Amino acid sequence: MDLKAAIAAVRFGQGRRPGDPIPADPVAWLDSQLDPALPGPALPEDLPRDLPAIYRAFAEDTERLRAGGQGRPNQGLIVRTEMLAALTLEITANQGFRERLVAFWANHFAVARARVPYLAGHYTREAIRPHVAGRFEDMLLAVVRHPAMLAYLDNTGSVGPNSPAGQRGRRGLNENLAREVLELHTVTPASGYGQADVRAFAEVLTGWGVEGAREPYGFVFRPNAHEPGEKTVLGRTFPPGEQGGIEALRFLAHHDSTYRHLATKLVRHFVADEPPPEAVATIHGVLRDTRGDLGAATRALVRLDAAWDPPLAKFRAPHDFVVAVMRALEAPAEAADRAFGGLQYLGQPLWNPAAPIGFPDTARDWAAPEAMVRRIEWSNGIATRGAGRDAAAVAEAVLGPLCRPETLRAAARAGSARDALTLVLTSPEFHRR
Amino acid sequence: MSAHLPAFGRRTALLGLAAALTLPRARVAFADAPGEARFAVVLLRGGLDGLFAVQPYGEADFRELRGALALPEPGQEGGLLDLGGRFGLHPRLTEIHAMYAANEALPVHAVAGNWRSRSHFMAQDLLEAGADHLMSSGWLNRALAALPARPGAQPTGLSVGTDLPLMMRGPTRVGTYAPRGGGAPAPDLLARIAELNAGDPVSGPAIMEGLQARGYAVTALGAEATARPQPGGAFRALAIAAGRLLAQPDGPRVAAFELNGWDTHSAQVNRLNAPLFQLDEGLGALKEALGEHWRRTAVLVVTEFGRTVRVNGTGGTDHGTGGVAFVLGGAVAGGKVGGDWPGLAQGRLFENRDLAPTTDLRSLAKGLLRDHLGLPAQAVARAFPGSEAAAPTGGLVRA
Repeated sequence: MDLKAAIAAVRFGQGRRPGDPIPADPVAWLDSQLDPALPGPALPEDLPRDLPAIYRAFAEDTERLRAGGQGRPNQGLIVRTEMLAALTLEITANQGFRERLVAFWANHFAVARARVPYLAGHYTREAIRPHVAGRFEDMLLAVVRHPAMLAYLDNTGSVGPNSPAGQRGRRGLNENLAREVLELHTVTPASGYGQADVRAFAEVLTGWGVEGAREPYGFVFRPNAHEPGEKTVLGRTFPPGEQGGIEALRFLAHHDSTYRHLATKLVRHFVADEPPPEAVATIHGVLRDTRGDLGAATRALVRLDAAWDPPLAKFRAPHDFVVAVMRALEAPAEAADRAFGGLQYLGQPLWNPAAPIGFPDTARDWAAPEAMVRRIEWSNGIATRGAGRDAAAVAEAVLGPLCRPETLRAAARAGSARDALTLVLTSPEFHRR
Repeated sequence: MSAHLPAFGRRTALLGLAAALTLPRARVAFADAPGEARFAVVLLRGGLDGLFAVQPYGEADFRELRGALALPEPGQEGGLLDLGGRFGLHPRLTEIHAMYAANEALPVHAVAGNWRSRSHFMAQDLLEAGADHLMSSGWLNRALAALPARPGAQPTGLSVGTDLPLMMRGPTRVGTYAPRGGGAPAPDLLARIAELNAGDPVSGPAIMEGLQARGYAVTALGAEATARPQPGGAFRALAIAAGRLLAQPDGPRVAAFELNGWDTHSAQVNRLNAPLFQLDEGLGALKEALGEHWRRTAVLVVTEFGRTVRVNGTGGTDHGTGGVAFVLGGAVAGGKVGGDWPGLAQGRLFENRDLAPTTDLRSLAKGLLRDHLGLPAQAVARAFPGSEAAAPTGGLVRA
């Protein structure tokens, strides 16, 4: 395997399974994963998977509790099945770059499954995955109109003070979604917005709610809760009504501060913790020139010289690490369960960050002493699965020229096949991408 | 290859004799029904230095050959635990020493398998296969097939730990049990991981600090793992689990588990402290967990090979040949050091570097299968195919 193929799999993908074909043209292999026709997670036929079915399953659980039953069986089934299906795809499929992009954007638009357990899987499948190589404005709209985000950031209860519902009293404006869209998802404080903008944007989004009890399940616009009148956000005036929100989101999606923010995050994620300014400028320019075409930005990303320079500058976050280990050991689909446990143990539980900002993305955040010891323990436990495998062969198949001779020497001197494998999985180069 | 087990030294012989005299005859009369004997195999992966665990301090060339690896004689500060005037146990092995004093421990020296490979993996695979070629099943699993069926009981064989070692794999179904935390890496492996990461500005300092916070003393180089053994380690948890399960009336009768961390190519004096302590602590815990069943128990502690007689350039030893095995338990005819001692004199070393092997590991295992578990000759032969030259060792367990 040549260096470029190894870097493509490790830096942009989720690591190789030893049996994966080695692409003759690694950049073309990465480009090919931007195809929206590539498969998503495979869900069992009988799992409630669209919003009507999910809400009916939710109602069933609620009914059951009212009748004195225990727990919410549908909730557990849905969230667990969705997570395991997503991890299975990551562990077994040869489309790691696509899965990395899904994880990147799902983390950019983070929701916590603990808060929206019925919806987290659907959200990732329907609001994130179809758009990772599409237009950013489409993803932003899909996200903000998805019931998971509307519920997670409390917009469902936000009521315009001068709306009919607001006039009746009791409820008022909730700024949470508006503030996070501005701060985290789009323009960031660098754009210079103030509290008045946050409040105005929150008013723009009033009435954006969720219908969970009857058709149409999912997003609804409730004129009754919508703040009347025009609102001005970042100097731009938007009309009242649902259309005002759509226009405001499109405006934010195309704001130059948003392009800069997205370019910085993409380069930080795929190139270096301290994003090289010229690389950021390149991606920023592509987003501006294409009006937020994420496919174009991603193709430019994999063509950055800085992205191919060894040594690998990025530190694998636990999610990257766990999936890469599973792939290296050619884990079967059933191992998704073990991967799920690994993510919990190593501090990056799937779809469940502590705050709307999502999981952090630098070595400083993940290479804490206790975290590293846990990685070692987890690797040693999982190495059982690969015991009997030749550690040097695994290293060659998944790291190729990225594997250092001292790691191979240490593996060759190890006291058991399992120890040898643990040494490869805990080597500095395996922590990196 | 010799199959008899002369005792060494007069004092040892006396101890053995004393044991025979004090052994209550009644125990023989009330010998258990077949199927009640308990058998455990402990595999020490990495190659335990037998000459360090059981030191022939009475041997003329010993101190000169072993340098710093020759510990002070019994009675001195930090000295060996005496095994009868010629051999001494490493001072960390206090539980084994107590078993020895109760005639329940039989260290066997100059043991090796039927291979002369110095590759860990090859040697471990052959040790576990019980053959002179690689097999997909292990000798202990094949031996299980010959034990009496116990309707309604748990599987007779039990693997304790996260691994199902090759020794226990095969056609006969075995139980597995992994206590929480059983997968913690051995200190030696941790030290190697720390060493491998030492040059990395991110993972290097983090791993070092993390290990120190967990109580492992790892030097800046990561070479000297942990002089501070921690009671209550993962191996003890394995041993307790094994003992408790073996003690259940419908529980398993044969258990296998393992302890890593023996591959001491450098700084051996420090690095073996922890694994020896863990082994000893675990064996003591196994005895306690077995309770009254300890008297029906034989434990075989084996490693894939011994290590070089001479110290290497980094205070350690390299892969060798003859090593030590332990046969322990209430059923064991212990209180002496077994094996044919080949000596360390010039010309006596195997390939002028290793302790010469005089006892075939398979002979010990076959002796226990025959005399302790009561397996018929054909079953013993099926467990160890092609081992006709290695006759079962007699006299390992009390009659």
